[in-house]
Amino acid sequence: MTLKEFWHRLGSPRWFYQISGHFGWAFGALALGLLVIGTFWGLAVAPPDYQQGNSFRIIYVHVPSAILAQSAYMLMGAAGLVLLVWRMKLADMVLATTVPFGMSMTALALFTGAVWGKPTWGAWWVWDARTTSMLVLLFLYIGLYALRQAVPRQETAGRACAVLAVVGVVNIPIIKYSVDWWLTLHQGATFKLTESPSMPPEMWLPLLVNVLGFYCFFGANLVGRLRLEILRREHGTAWVQELMAGGRT
Amino acid sequence: MSFGSLPEFFAMGGHGLYVWLSYGAALLVVFFNAAWVRFARRRYLREAADRMQRYPPAMRAAQETESGRL
Repeated sequence: MTLKEFWHRLGSPRWFYQISGHFGWAFGALALGLLVIGTFWGLAVAPPDYQQGNSFRIIYVHVPSAILAQSAYMLMGAAGLVLLVWRMKLADMVLATTVPFGMSMTALALFTGAVWGKPTWGAWWVWDARTTSMLVLLFLYIGLYALRQAVPRQETAGRACAVLAVVGVVNIPIIKYSVDWWLTLHQGATFKLTESPSMPPEMWLPLLVNVLGFYCFFGANLVGRLRLEILRREHGTAWVQELMAGGRT
Repeated sequence: MSFGSLPEFFAMGGHGLYVWLSYGAALLVVFFNAAWVRFARRRYLREAADRMQRYPPAMRAAQETESGRL
């Protein structure tokens, strides 16, 4: 299958439904394996930080959730663009089903950040560039959720959400570079493309495993949510009726 | 291993409250995301099967065209 064919087939929720079942399970199994290994490694095996002691172990849930909060948003931005340009049905479903996941990841990143801030900075919350821009991300997710609930017509709601999602992408580089542009309490990035991590491998390897685990979990969760959304929106079509009647969903 | 005993592991060098609060929250978020999908899917399939029994597809299609939903 060429890329162009793949793109055309994505226009068909039916095709996506048929191929995605196995992917969901594969992602789920991978996520479970990676998260169990990464969490045990980070919690029990990795050495304590020379300054922060054991509180630094919060990094193994804080960084993955913060990365996923932003990745999920970028996926929504891309889906929004695809919806506005090509009017692809599946893009609107991706946009709708990613919101609750991304919102929960943003809330988790903010919560674990606050809990980490208390023993490290001496405060649960500071109006720091990084924390404030993450709070804006949470509001964007809440806004996207509220907007979809507020507009009754599905197509109009989809287009309105797509515009908001695309415009909101501007916040992502602000979050990313907030630790470089402004003087902040928040430490710099752990992983950079251009240099090796500032931590020893026995500390950053479990982090890498957990980040990959969170990505796989996102994959599994998104596939699960999308498949349900497809059944809901396409319930009037012959193929869904057939599927339901045969009990082969 | 970074810890000598289980109580040491739970205490996290005095940072136990913060570490376990964070991991507890993470577990809850992951669990609820996964559980929601299973729960919502099961409920939807049950409701759809109910509707299917109460109204045969032909009748429902007629109703939905009337109310402008299709």
